[in-house]
Amino acid sequence: MDWVFLAELALNGALTGLLYSLFAIGLVLIYKASSVPNLAQAALTMLGAYVVLALSRDVGLPLWLAIMLAAVIMFGLGFGIERVALRRLAGRPIIMILMMTLGLDIFLRGTTLAIWGGTSRSIELGVSYEPLFVGDMFISRINLVGAGVAVVLFVAFMLFFRTRTGIKLRAIADDYMASWSVGISVERGVGLSWALASVVALAAGVIWGEIQGVDQALSLLLLKGLTVAVLGGLDSILGAVVAGIILGIIENVGADFLDPLVGGGSRELIVAAVLILTVMIRPHGLFGRHDIERV
Amino acid sequence: MFYRLSGVYHTSYASDSRIFKVPADRNLAVFFLLFGLAAPFIVPSIYLNSYMLPWLIWTAAALGLNLVTGWAGQLHLGYAAVMAVGAYSAVHAARFGVPWEFALIIGGLASSVIGSLFAFAALRVKGLYLALTTLAMQFIMDWVLHHSPTVTGGSHASLQSPTLALLGQPITSDAGFYYVAFGWCVLVTIFMLNLKRTGLGRALVAVREKDYAAAILGVNSFYYKILAFAASSFIAGVSGALLVATFFFLATPEQFSVAVSIQALAMVIVGGLGSIIGSYFGVALILLVPGVINNLVAAIAHTLGAQVNVETLAHIPNAAYGALIVIILLIEPLGLGKLYGNIREYLMVWPFDQFRK
Repeated sequence: MDWVFLAELALNGALTGLLYSLFAIGLVLIYKASSVPNLAQAALTMLGAYVVLALSRDVGLPLWLAIMLAAVIMFGLGFGIERVALRRLAGRPIIMILMMTLGLDIFLRGTTLAIWGGTSRSIELGVSYEPLFVGDMFISRINLVGAGVAVVLFVAFMLFFRTRTGIKLRAIADDYMASWSVGISVERGVGLSWALASVVALAAGVIWGEIQGVDQALSLLLLKGLTVAVLGGLDSILGAVVAGIILGIIENVGADFLDPLVGGGSRELIVAAVLILTVMIRPHGLFGRHDIERV
Repeated sequence: MFYRLSGVYHTSYASDSRIFKVPADRNLAVFFLLFGLAAPFIVPSIYLNSYMLPWLIWTAAALGLNLVTGWAGQLHLGYAAVMAVGAYSAVHAARFGVPWEFALIIGGLASSVIGSLFAFAALRVKGLYLALTTLAMQFIMDWVLHHSPTVTGGSHASLQSPTLALLGQPITSDAGFYYVAFGWCVLVTIFMLNLKRTGLGRALVAVREKDYAAAILGVNSFYYKILAFAASSFIAGVSGALLVATFFFLATPEQFSVAVSIQALAMVIVGGLGSIIGSYFGVALILLVPGVINNLVAAIAHTLGAQVNVETLAHIPNAAYGALIVIILLIEPLGLGKLYGNIREYLMVWPFDQFRK
């Protein structure tokens, strides 16, 4: 057993996993505030990356300005989606809400690709592709940057949930009715959570777009993001970060062992297995609340 | 108008539990049955085989999904995986030399077995978590199909379906394929229409509404959930097999991917949960309208003389399909079946609708 190689796999897995966390944080934000599993998060991620590309390539803005502007656009878009599509379904059975987010996912993806086309393009953040050596292990720089962004966002949200607005969001997550009765605008809070999730999606989209190019494949992140969110407990941001690291390690190390056995491509299989096992054994995840509806 | 309740008196239980209580409903059903039988002589062959045939088979499949989602209330995001099991087992059986009648039944039974595995997830969790589990199972099935050459001929490969033959008659004509699809769809529809009137159907509805309450009434919810999954999977398997045998002629893993599962669920929800006529509408809308919109856009662009990017044109059906789901859910979350029901209710007492309670 080559321990250095194993450590390298685990470390790179953890960094990739933090990128999944970046994606999952968006899911968690929305689920926490409104109990809506946002299956359109992948489409939002893709859309975010395309908006940045459009602003920087087609309009010609510098990249930092394009990202700022895209963040504003995504913020508004998230608010709008909640206002137009989700609010009217509040209180409906979960199946209709799920279908709505799936419909939004298909619609956003179709529209994005219809406008900008499906050819893969790169964002070019200017991060070097030279691997970084730590001892004998080598690490991808862009993954390191992405993991950094995930951690920064996590800390930012932890601080945000201590502000006045953040406390309101926590109250909404805890109890709709009680929040209403003390005069918190639940609608605005839920809208805000969608807006924030869209901005998180933008961050995820930019980092992933840099790693694998901006194209349709970005929407394949959904299963991994969902698995991370469920493993962490659907309403815990800390859970999303920890679960991201865990899933990244399991996936990277597991794939190394399984790929020779099954002839490659075992990552999807591992992720799906983790999702099923989590739901079967511990549906509320690592850090989630325990009031999951069991049969 | 049209739908009249006047003069309809039920004097016995048998009469009260008839399938069509309103004469207009029965007449409509008979009309469409006759139209369906006559379609090969009326409808041009190209429309018959590229639109009506997939519509009918998908309606049968959607009714199967409606059984488990609409009636038993269990979310199912892995329906295409179950259809794949049926399709591949049936095609393999037929290639092995089993007559198609038995191959179809083998496909259905194989689907039932695999589909019941999905039910074990339903025994433990429900709602969102069930949806996620079935989604993960769909991904696993995708992976298996892409990585087992013995089943599918491997990635990017396809499995040729042998010529369909029923009762010793090889079926090769367009009308023949159409009648097979039509027959299967009618069979499933009759089954679903009768489901409402049986103890099984009532038990499923009880499980859907509240499994505790169902248990108190003496309905074993575990048993009925597995039964619902097995029955719906049987329908899925045969529908999948027929889809390959009469429409695609080749089985490839892409025909049963995650997107197809989502499409099947969209058909059921857009059509209306627990609505039979709704399933027909839903399938028509999801399957046919995006293509129509695409042609429309192309035609408009052509008349305006504007150049539309090929890639744009390729993605417009998808955007339209997503938009349709969103719009229908916003207008009427209970789907097209409910919209039809509203119109029917209105006409039932027209022009005296002010007397309606």
